Amino acid sequence: MIQLPLVQVLSLAGLLFVMGLIGLLVRRNALFMLISVEVMLNAAGLAFVAAGSRWQQADGQVMFLFILTVAAAEVAVGLALVLGLHRQLKTLDTDAADSLGG
Amino acid sequence: MEATFYVAAAAALLATGMVITRRHAVHALLWFIVSLFAVAVIFYTLGAPFVAALEVIVYAGAIMVLFLFVVMLLNLGPAAAAAEGRLLSPGAWVGPAMVALVLAFQLGWLIWRGGAAQPAGQVPIAPADVGSALFGPYLLGAEICGLLLLTGLVAAAHLGRRRLPPLDAHREESP
Repeated sequence: MIQLPLVQVLSLAGLLFVMGLIGLLVRRNALFMLISVEVMLNAAGLAFVAAGSRWQQADGQVMFLFILTVAAAEVAVGLALVLGLHRQLKTLDTDAADSLGG
Repeated sequence: MEATFYVAAAAALLATGMVITRRHAVHALLWFIVSLFAVAVIFYTLGAPFVAALEVIVYAGAIMVLFLFVVMLLNLGPAAAAAEGRLLSPGAWVGPAMVALVLAFQLGWLIWRGGAAQPAGQVPIAPADVGSALFGPYLLGAEICGLLLLTGLVAAAHLGRRRLPPLDAHREESP
């Protein structure tokens, strides 16, 4: 049996991360920006699991668990902020929230 | 097994590409769930069955449901009913369903040919190993994660209060 080359999995993780980054930079809807951040976190987790699988260690999967926790906490706070934004400005456009811009 | 990885990787890239280009939030969420399924299949081929299960249960199950709740909360009103009707049209769900079907076919194929014991020709890391690592050398990290979740809970409860004053009052004072 052949082992998957680490380079290919890491390339996939990098591509997914870049897609999330593009989404974060291009979209102006707060909900889509949160989803893009999730895509990036997921790609980072994929890289950890791939490395852990390459060296047959459980550490990569433990790191994925930590990333999962961070993603869950981030989504809870981020969605609360999105709800607050919608309640105050009646829009999800992040460019509308420019009160600190002077 | 290598073919499984490449098909799942293609599905993940396609689904993620659709996520960041959709206009409607629910369409993007459907594609993102398919993308998470594809990544779960990749985890499985990498010999990490525990993490693959967690990816489906926690990510695709719990976190995406949070997103869906918020989308539903934001869509209150008569316009929501019209949006619901548009969601039921095949154009919204046929694409994600096809990619999910490919992944389901892969799953059935893996089970049928009994490849479950040895993904990708390497020894899979059992959940027991992950557990003993998590509560052994990484115990402090696990505790900090619990603290982080509690902090997130408190912060979300605080930010989600309904009695924040509207911003418009400030806006009218300063032209």
